[in-house]
Amino acid sequence: MDSRKAVYMDHAATTYTKKEVLEEMLPFFTESFGNPSSIHKFGRDARKYVDTARERVAKALGANPEEIYFTAGGTEADNWAVKGAAYANRSKGNHIITTKIEHHALIHACEYLEKEGFQVTYLPVDEYGLVSIEDVKNAITDKTILISIMYANNEIGTIQPISEIGKLAREKGICFHTDAVQAVGSVKIDVKEQNIDMLSLSAHKFYGPKGIGALFVKKGVKLINFVHGGAQERGRRAGTENTPGIIGLGKAIELATDNLEEQSKRIMDLRDKLIKGVMDKIPYTRLNGHPVKRLPGNANFSFQYIEGEALLLNLDMKGIAGSSGSACTSGSLDPSHVLLAIGLPHEIAHGSLRLSLGTVNTEEDIDYVLEVLPEIVEKLRQMSPLYEKIKGGNTNV
Amino acid sequence: MYSEKVMDHFSNPKNVGEIADASGVGEVGNAKCGDIMKIYLKIEDNIIKDVKFKTFGCGAAIATSSIATEMIKGKSVEEALELTNKAVVDALDGLPPAKIHCSVLAEEAVKAAIEDYMKKQGKEVESTEFIGVEPNEEECCSKCERKCH
Repeated sequence: MDSRKAVYMDHAATTYTKKEVLEEMLPFFTESFGNPSSIHKFGRDARKYVDTARERVAKALGANPEEIYFTAGGTEADNWAVKGAAYANRSKGNHIITTKIEHHALIHACEYLEKEGFQVTYLPVDEYGLVSIEDVKNAITDKTILISIMYANNEIGTIQPISEIGKLAREKGICFHTDAVQAVGSVKIDVKEQNIDMLSLSAHKFYGPKGIGALFVKKGVKLINFVHGGAQERGRRAGTENTPGIIGLGKAIELATDNLEEQSKRIMDLRDKLIKGVMDKIPYTRLNGHPVKRLPGNANFSFQYIEGEALLLNLDMKGIAGSSGSACTSGSLDPSHVLLAIGLPHEIAHGSLRLSLGTVNTEEDIDYVLEVLPEIVEKLRQMSPLYEKIKGGNTNV
Repeated sequence: MYSEKVMDHFSNPKNVGEIADASGVGEVGNAKCGDIMKIYLKIEDNIIKDVKFKTFGCGAAIATSSIATEMIKGKSVEEALELTNKAVVDALDGLPPAKIHCSVLAEEAVKAAIEDYMKKQGKEVESTEFIGVEPNEEECCSKCERKCH
């Protein structure tokens, strides 16, 4: 690796833990290590801070603290929400509405439910990755018990019309869950205003620790318990609390939402500079996702005639960390389901690159990427038999 | 994930390019799968005097193309036909399971180029059947027409 440069642009995969967050967590490993369920001082101290963390999460979402349940991360929160609501409402119906571009945590949970006799509608999205509210409306039947649509997509960054979907679901009396793992800390969320019944989040996406997340469950929403055992989390999610993790989550969400607008604006400006630079400098390139309705830090491109993994390896050699929806990076040999859902042919999906920006990124980072990336793309294209065929003059993308 | 050998051939691939008056050209794979390999041969007196490649594909696809071209350069046509995907994998100090199909493409691309050469020469086409080790299910691409295991 080029030792002079290290540019991390994979914040959608995970973020580092902020120092202030880690500092709040540390005493709960060594000094205030008590079990929050214990009645002695050690336990009471831990309990007090777990309660504070719960209040912080609630405040960030516009929820009540008793509506927040800590989980081991976003995947558990998604699984609990979808399976829990499906089984709890089985007497009312067996139909679930979701989209084709959900995270695997949700899609695979839904596929499991299909084997259990539930019917799932996977709504299509348009070329920008947007779900149509009409499609949601038309998919609803008298058997529909749950609508689960992600707040913002992890790959292409497209932000869904959550308030409109929430309003529709509320009018129809259907439970509405949103996987907001990518959105929390990046966009303003208010579960009451937006009529959200359940919401999943994960701390490591907003500078908190890994292995801790939460599910917001609106008071009155019926949900089957998932993890059985002790009476933790008001009897709904058993297991001794991950006290340091919970405290880290609380601090991280407070930091992320306190100056959300200012931070998002800064990152959005960097993102727009990056997108403009890439589109200007590199021909045969497509911006994936919505031009405006997208996460502040998300940039996703498809470079025709080259393959994503080769691109990532070259970027890595220059110290730039990104990700790709190419089959070769997934280990599955199929390109990303999200890129296929927005209508990309396989060969273009293979050439995708996601650069996700965060607090550490600077103007210089963008300049560096804009210097290095066009050279790498050109080098790979010079090696590509597909590129040689179009050099005759066909410039249609 | 990749051996040093793979990374070396990927970052400094040998024999990249085209041969304008090639004696034989072979192209295998398809864009849908994410790999296409094209090999150009310059053959004189039955000896591969020069070889170039162009590849659309991942790191392993580029590295296997590079090393395969190195392995057949200066060899006779018959010797080049003996190149197996296994020999390519071994020469690269191994490949991850999901990348074995890249070595298959390398063997097939060499054979396709030789077949093209023979046809152009009006020579009896020798056996250009794949003789390497077929990838198993885990190593196979679901989009390819190639039958696995």
